[in-house]
Parts: sequence; C-alpha cells; structure tokens
Amino acid sequence: MGVKRPRTQRGERSDRDLYMKFLREMLLIRLFEEKAAQMYGLRKIGGFCHLYIGQEAVAVGSIAAIDLSKDYVVTAYRDHGHALACGMDPKVVMAELFGKVTGCSRGKGGSMHMFDVEKHFLGGNGIVGAQIPVGTGVAFAQKYQGTGGVTLVYFGDGAIHQGAFHEALNMAKIWELPVVYVCENNQWGMGTFWKKVSAVADLYKLGAAYDIPGVQVDGMDVRAVYEATGEAVSRAREGQPVLIEARTYRYKGHSMSDPAKYRTREELEEYKRQDPIGRLKTFMEEEGLLDEETFRSLYDEIQREVEEAVAFAEQSEEPALHTMYEDVYAGEDAIWRS
Amino acid sequence: MARDERVFLMGEEVGEYDGAYKVSRGLLVKYGPKRVIDTPISELGFTGIGIGAAIAGLRPVVEWMTHNFAILAMDQVINNAAKMRHMSGGQLKVPIVFRGPNGPAEYLSSQHSQSLAAFWMHVPGLKVVAPATPYDAKGLLKSAIRDDDPVVMLEAELMYAWEGEVPEEEYLVPIGKADIKRPGKDVSVITYSKPLKVVMEAAKVLEERGVDVEVVDLRSLRPLDTETIFSSVRKTHRAVVVDEAWPMCGPASFVAWAVGKACFDDLDAQVEIVTSEDVPMPYNHTLELAVQSSVEKVVAAVSRVLYLE
Repeated sequence: MGVKRPRTQRGERSDRDLYMKFLREMLLIRLFEEKAAQMYGLRKIGGFCHLYIGQEAVAVGSIAAIDLSKDYVVTAYRDHGHALACGMDPKVVMAELFGKVTGCSRGKGGSMHMFDVEKHFLGGNGIVGAQIPVGTGVAFAQKYQGTGGVTLVYFGDGAIHQGAFHEALNMAKIWELPVVYVCENNQWGMGTFWKKVSAVADLYKLGAAYDIPGVQVDGMDVRAVYEATGEAVSRAREGQPVLIEARTYRYKGHSMSDPAKYRTREELEEYKRQDPIGRLKTFMEEEGLLDEETFRSLYDEIQREVEEAVAFAEQSEEPALHTMYEDVYAGEDAIWRS
Repeated sequence: MARDERVFLMGEEVGEYDGAYKVSRGLLVKYGPKRVIDTPISELGFTGIGIGAAIAGLRPVVEWMTHNFAILAMDQVINNAAKMRHMSGGQLKVPIVFRGPNGPAEYLSSQHSQSLAAFWMHVPGLKVVAPATPYDAKGLLKSAIRDDDPVVMLEAELMYAWEGEVPEEEYLVPIGKADIKRPGKDVSVITYSKPLKVVMEAAKVLEERGVDVEVVDLRSLRPLDTETIFSSVRKTHRAVVVDEAWPMCGPASFVAWAVGKACFDDLDAQVEIVTSEDVPMPYNHTLELAVQSSVEKVVAAVSRVLYLE
C-alpha cells in the first residue's frame, strides 16, 4: 500500500446523501466542541479537555466506512469526535462533560472516558497507547465469536512509540485479527513535533515490522479517509490487520490548558486553509450538491442541537454521593468501608 | 472450559509446552489452539488483549508466567481492567482472570522471588484470591472464572509441588470467605497462601507447649472476610498476621490495622505481624530463608502476644 488519494475526484449525485452525512457529522463535532471550549472557559467543564477540532474528517470518514451493528470503535482521550461520529447523543456527551449523572458514564468518566456499549463505542481511554491492546482484544473476541465484525482502534502520533502498539500489532498479525489501526497523526504529541521523536517520518511504515500493510491518507479530506478505511476494513475482515496513518492537524492545544505556543500562527493558518468542513463544502458546491441556503439551515439546526445539549447538561442532576460506590464491582461486596 | 465456550486461556507457554509450571497440562490437546493460546513474551500486550476480549463478551484466563513479569502489565490491570466498569458508569464489565505464580521461591534472587500481593490488593475494582491448598485452588479458580469482575489469582510458586485432596466433582470455593484451617482458643494466627504451611507447623510446636492456636486462612485478600477474622480474634483475644509480602503497606499491615481498630476492646495484646524482611530477596540460601517467615518467627510472635517471652 502507500499514500492514498481519493479515487472519485468528481462527486456524483448518488453520493450526495453520504456527503451530507459527512458534513452534518463534522459540523456537529465542530460546533459541539466550540461550545465545549466555551463551557470549559465558564468552568462548567473541568479537568482535561482534549478538543478534536481540525481532525473531524478522520473520525467521520472512517466510522462511516464501518457497520456499527457488528463493528466496534476504541479510542483514546481525544474522544468527543469519535463518540459523536458513532451516533452518541450530544446531550449525553455534554452531560458527561458537565459531570452530571445523566452523562454516558454517570459523571464518573468525564471528557476522556466516553462509552456507549449499545453503539459499540468502547471508549474513551486515558493512558497513551494502552487502548491499542484493548482494541486488539475486542477484535480478538470478534474473531473468536465469528461475528464478522472489525474493530477500529484510534491513537495519535504520540502513542505509536509505546510498546503497547508494537506488542499489539505483532499479535494482531500472528492471530490474523480483524482490526484496523488508525493513527491520527495530528503532528504534535502534546508540544513535541512528531518528526523530532520518531525514527521514521512516515508513521504508516511502522506496520511493516509486523508485516502489516500501512497506508497514508490525507486526514483533512473526509472522502479520502472514507475510501481508505473502506479498503482497510475489507482486508481486516479477511484477517489482515491494516495500519492507516491519517495526516491531520488539531487547531487547538493538546488540551484546554495548552496555549500551543510551540507552533507558528502560519502553520495553523496553513491547515485551516485545508479545513475538512470547508473543503467538503466547497467540493459539494462545485459539484452542485449543496447551496448556501441548505448549508445555512443545516448549520442552524446543529447549532440548536448543541444548545439543547448544553441546556440538558445544565439542568441535569449532580450524581448523588452514594453513586461513587456503584459500578465498582458486579456486586458491591469488595469495597472496603471501615 | 468445558462448561463455557467463552472461556479461553492465553499466556506464555500455556499450550504446546503444557504450561511453564505444567498448570495447563493437557488443555491444548483437549480444547485446541483456538482456546489455549500461546502468546509472545509480551505481558502488557496480551494482558490488554485479554481485557479487550473480556469487554467484548469473552471470559479470558490470562496466565502470567510469574507475577514478577505482571509488573509489565500493571498499567492494563490497574488502569483498564479495574476501572472500566466504574468509569463507564457500569456499562462495561470485565470478566477476566489473571493468574500465575507469586511469592518467594528458591535460589532466584530478587527479581524472581517476591510477593506482589499488596499491589493488586490495593486497587478497587479488582478481586484478589490466594489459595493455600490444592482443594482451595480448584474451587477458587472456578469461582474466579465465573465472576463478572476481574480477579487476580496468586498461586505460590513452591506450592505447585504440594499435594492434597482434590475431588473430581464440581465444587466452588466462594471468593471473599476466609476459612478456619485449625480451630483453637488461645490466639488467632491469620495468614494466606504458602505461609499457611509454616503457620500449621508452628501451631503444632505451640500445641506441645500448651498453646491452642486458631489458624485463619484468608483465601481472599479482596474482598476481605472481616467477619471471620474479627470473630476469631474476639474469641481468642490475640492476633498474629503472617504474610510473605513486605511489611510496609502490605496485606499483613492492613489486616493488623483492621483487627486493631475493630477488636480494640477485645484484644489482650497488640497485634503482631510476621512478614518478609524489608529487603530484596538475596540469592544465598541461608540469607534467603532468613528473609522469610519461619516456624521460629511465628512461634516467637505468638509467644509475644501471649506474654510468654
């Protein structure tokens, strides 16, 4: 494999529904996160809050290429985008950010720990790289049970040098697991430029050590991500794990506490010119698949949805103190109380 | 494994080698390579894969060749297995068993001869069991596999050579229930796992001196059966806790504190602990034996709480 470019350079009317879905989901993530940043500023949201703004094409394009009735998604702590792309209710995601009992994890997970078992979204994991073996294990279970499903496992350029990645890829290959690893190379592991800490500049090549094909894709192009993931998923279903490197960029700092002074304004502006939402919008307009009025009404509709999510989170109850003792064990008999 | 298709075993040498300590002897032939899986030497990786399989509906048994190597997998056990249920608000369950030999062995020096019980016992979200007899080992392992929570099983390395009655038929030893291995009235000696043998020998020595020792085998470190522990101490009024882990923040220290707090008015002496010396394990056999709990140390501790010294 290697560096991928989208095959369909021209939009077709039959693709309009798919592109509208991409547009809708990317916009939802963008507006949801802009609102989350605002709420963080107002101290409604605390702790670490890693925003996904700029990377929307990766989660949306790749998750659109799987079948969540049998496939699974496992990701790390920059997880709001994947959660929403899996179809999680923005109200429940926002409530979790607010730490409310109506949140998906009953206020015990917060920003880094979104989960929705019914939607096959298995987190939301906070330790850099540790979700890679876990996601591989989900794929192991899919093969063991013969479900025909695959697992998409996401991680960043900062996680790819963890032993967890290398150990997992080795076992995924020897056991022929149905897994697609998606490295979202947003180019900055916290404040460290990826080329400074990686022995190779093209991260997709790291699969080669385990005889796992790697493919690099423009992570600012949702259609390219969709196509590359679709091909990778087909191979994974046949027992060939695949590594995708999606070259992308995060507009915000690593987390809300990071002013991102390690990069230049010019660099940021360069990537904003390739904005995944703007690019898809322009493409659709040029192909006659979208007009400004339709876009405007979609935008307003999503803005309302986000406002409703905030209102829901605001109005939800704080978790009662006794809930801290719940969900530790299947029973509660192992909790020490002196 | 015969009862539940979802149960599988994975670890280093569990299959074709029949287990590094022959614990899984014959399982590969019986259940095949789909369910008895040899892994690379890759503890973090295969432990995490087990956890992923557990959250997706299987019931893995992960064997660590020894608990010493499980330190490499500690992130997966503590940060993922133990916490996924809680941080997902109860959406996920992690029915997995982590097992393997733990504790001092012989002539292995400090990296291969240590008890790591405290590391697991410390963590809410885990259950921790440690059998002291072959009978308990079978019953506890079955209970652990059927449990919906992650269970860490500590099997003392030198105990693999021990013999004892193990019925062929199905039985379970419940997690969280201590066992009175020897009833007595003068002093409660509380222990678990391999030191039980030393404690039982010490009880015999003490019996000859007219001291009637009650031996409480914890069997489960988390949950801890405080009911059985405290009722024993309330009967005997004296307690010694024997453990092969290190003394600071170890199982013995915790149990001794719990007894001291709950049974303060019933105690006729302060609670004593007998643990490993607070040093890495030396290779030299004389030193190695001196580091560990012994019949003499237990007899001395019992004598102290009985004011016989």
